[in-house]
Amino acid sequence: MPILLFRVDERLIHGQVVIGWGKQLQPDRYVVVDDELANSEWEQELYRLAAGDVTDVGFCSVADARARMASWRAGEARTVVLTRDLESMLGLAREHAMQGESVNLGGIHHTEGRRRVRPYLYLSAEDRERVRALAEEGVTVSGRDLPGSLGVGLDNLVED
Amino acid sequence: MRAVSEVAALPVHGVVLGHGGMATGLVDAVRRIAGVEADVLIALSNEGKGPEALRDELARTAGPGPALVFTDMHSGSCALAARLVCRSRDSTVVVCGVNLPMLLEFVFNRELPLDELVPRLVAQGRAAVTVHLPNADSPVPG
Repeated sequence: MPILLFRVDERLIHGQVVIGWGKQLQPDRYVVVDDELANSEWEQELYRLAAGDVTDVGFCSVADARARMASWRAGEARTVVLTRDLESMLGLAREHAMQGESVNLGGIHHTEGRRRVRPYLYLSAEDRERVRALAEEGVTVSGRDLPGSLGVGLDNLVED
Repeated sequence: MRAVSEVAALPVHGVVLGHGGMATGLVDAVRRIAGVEADVLIALSNEGKGPEALRDELARTAGPGPALVFTDMHSGSCALAARLVCRSRDSTVVVCGVNLPMLLEFVFNRELPLDELVPRLVAQGRAAVTVHLPNADSPVPG
């Protein structure tokens, strides 16, 4: 089963993912790829509470996810992969490990140095470099908060 | 960790935290119905805020004393932020699934200690969900 969605969203498992995307994609499993959360059981519990009907919620480091991605693709479970930053997604995609996949940028919010692309998406110069690097790894990158909203293409994402 | 009833007997501070404009609408409705002062119940939205910014704003808004954070739904970024803030404070309780009758009960009873107040609000909020079936004379519980 192909992985249904790769999404970068600082909020990880939350309403837009569980309801907005979840009702359309009907996932069986969320995998959160994050080095810090992979070692924090109490935070994992908080995110599990937010997963609604999906009871299979996994947390793993970037290295662990890279090792397991082939088995997720080969398995039956309908999987959504989430990271809360571009760096983790890029770590996952290195060495063309995600060649041909699409990455959805769904929630990167304002902090100093980040410029508004959409109300839900702010990117710094460093973020734009990571978006370019993802594209160079053979990944199609676009911005979209919800399935029905108008997407933002690569050109607009990396525009300086 | 102290029991919530042992926290200084200050009136409980209320924060409604929700998606989009929901909190503002609910707090506005409470003020129109009950005529309470602005700082009794404060509205906070997640609109345009990342997780860290939302947690910081919630912690500031809740203030140092006993606080109740009402959120819209159990699975959402608002509830997650509220649970994370609550975790580091022994005088803050999170209630998910807020409705207007629950908030009205809160503003008239916020002098109660949290461990008496919270069950009362939850009971009021649940009882307020009723269903009127076609051709029926009275509502049935929701």
